[in-house]
Amino acid sequence: MEQASEPERGVSRRGFLATSAAAAALAAGTAGAPSPAAAATAGPARAGASVVRVTLRVNGRERTLSLDPRVTLLDALRERLDLTGTKKGCDRGQCGACTVHVEGRRVLSCLTLAAGLDGKAVTTVEGLARGDELHPVQRAFLECDGLQCGFCTPGQIMSAVALIREGHAGSEEEIREFMSGNICRCGAYPGIVAAVKAAGERG
Amino acid sequence: MRPYTYAAPGTVREALALAGDGSAYLAGGTTLVDLVKLEVMTPEHVLDITRLPLRGVAVRDGALRIGALERMADVAEHPLVAGPYPVLAEALLRSASPQIRNMATIGGNLLQRTRCGYFRDTASACNKRVPGSGCPALTGENRMHAILGTSDACAATHPSDLAVALVALDASVHLASRDGERSVKLADFYLLPGGTPEKENALRPGELITSVSVPALAWAERSTYVKVRDRSSYEFALTSAAVALDLRDGVVRAARVAAGGVGTRPWRLPAVEAALTGAPAREDAFEAAAAKAADGARPLAHNAFKPELLRRTVVRALLELAGRS
Ligand SMILES: Cc1cc2nc3c(=O)[nH]c(=O)nc-3n(C[C@H](O)[C@H](O)[C@H](O)COP(=O)(O)OP(=O)(O)OC[C@H]3O[C@@H](n4cnc5c(N)ncnc54)[C@H](O)[C@@H]3O)c2cc1C
Ligand code: SF4
Ligand code: FES
Ligand code: FES
Repeated sequence: MEQASEPERGVSRRGFLATSAAAAALAAGTAGAPSPAAAATAGPARAGASVVRVTLRVNGRERTLSLDPRVTLLDALRERLDLTGTKKGCDRGQCGACTVHVEGRRVLSCLTLAAGLDGKAVTTVEGLARGDELHPVQRAFLECDGLQCGFCTPGQIMSAVALIREGHAGSEEEIREFMSGNICRCGAYPGIVAAVKAAGERG
Repeated sequence: MRPYTYAAPGTVREALALAGDGSAYLAGGTTLVDLVKLEVMTPEHVLDITRLPLRGVAVRDGALRIGALERMADVAEHPLVAGPYPVLAEALLRSASPQIRNMATIGGNLLQRTRCGYFRDTASACNKRVPGSGCPALTGENRMHAILGTSDACAATHPSDLAVALVALDASVHLASRDGERSVKLADFYLLPGGTPEKENALRPGELITSVSVPALAWAERSTYVKVRDRSSYEFALTSAAVALDLRDGVVRAARVAAGGVGTRPWRLPAVEAALTGAPAREDAFEAAAAKAADGARPLAHNAFKPELLRRTVVRALLELAGRS
């Protein structure tokens, strides 16, 4: 397993500013920059940490980050780890564009605090393909026209992969119900349902 | 978003010791993180409780006990829930989305805040968010609001589907604080808004929900949760009904009925239960009983449709249960 710990980057001024900018983009108010010492010592189990150090396994790769505890998993992925496949739609838990897997379960990264994920495995849409070989669900979305603009697609695909694993791809009705957490503003739903069904049948 | 500090205690004792002025517990985060981003909630210390050992679904002395940190999705599919208490499983599965149900916990679900748009918008007045500032919903946008239990200060609906099913089943919440442990019937746990809508429940500062229990009820096998909403899924209730029926030889021996989407707290309907008891399991008897469902309702400008919709929701649930073998 590749080790990509990055404590230096985590506490560098540049790295921290990127983090607080992401948090501040949601609302006014920027936290004071922490001292590198605080960042290095404050662990997730310690009372009152204003910087939290977490090690995640993202798509199979260990990543260590020092984070303001306000940073969501979505912002950590996009702003700190340059994994921009996961989309920010509403940032309010209402659209599903930010769906990723944590420990194999589909969750909304916009409502998940990165601070709580120390030691956890995260899979994003970037982690599905094996090299150039697309994941069967990705292939099915292409074959069935399961997208138009593509903005909701990473979330749809992450949801679909989990749904098939959960055993909820039994009928079109069941697929619709268990994909209901993923909104598509383009209304590509017929293609999405067809893609999930096709991928589910292939197993 | 305001700054806060973060800690993840490993034991209940540690969590209770860390709790204090300005602290908030974080479970699944699907309410808390949302409201902290909106600055509707502004904790100074976030105490992540997901490492606490408040887990497990078990039957003890006949009662079903669910740990406060169990996730909605797992509880819905648990064999001790899905078979004996379909109303609980259905209420959970008709809540939110699969992703949210994978995150959200049972304790957090019971403590979720209202979805009233004015409450969520810090630019608006709202008595629940800023006591004494007024209630724009009473004269403004109130289609989703309550018709039962409202006051001149607040008409916000309690949004939890699970709470409605639990109230129908006479459930209790078990609580822990630095002063010790106690149990409260869920029906008494929630408070009416009256003149203090900011006070929503009996939880004391720093108190934790540790578990929820449901007394044995053999005939809860014949129970259901009917939820009427604007979209077929991923939407809060306009009206809902949690119903359990003890049905023998075509006669209702006993019934449990509670309503959601209509009350400032989960709303048990004892008058409907009484009217059903001893009645034949027929549509006309169901309609006569359900006629009492909205007794005392005070509709607002945009939700005058709710009393009739509620009566029909209750009838639909009853017919569905009577039709089951
Ligand atoms: C888009 C969307 C749609 C939704 N639709 C529905 C729906 O249709 N039906 C429905 O019922 N719900 C719905 N919900 C609400 C959702 O079910 C709740 O947000 C969720 O159940 C809250 O649980 P949580 O574990 O995430 O709580 P958190 O957000 O972690 O906590 C909620 C509150 O409870 C407190 N808390 C949590 N656990 C404890 C505990 N053990 N002891 C003491 N305090 C505690 C927290 O401090 C916080 O104040 C929806 C939510 C969203 C975002
Ligand atoms: S109904 Fe209640 S929550 Fe909504 S604005 Fe009025 S006081 Fe606030
Ligand atoms: S961005 Fe997370 S649900 Fe919309
Ligand atoms: S493809 Fe455009 S939002 Fe779904």
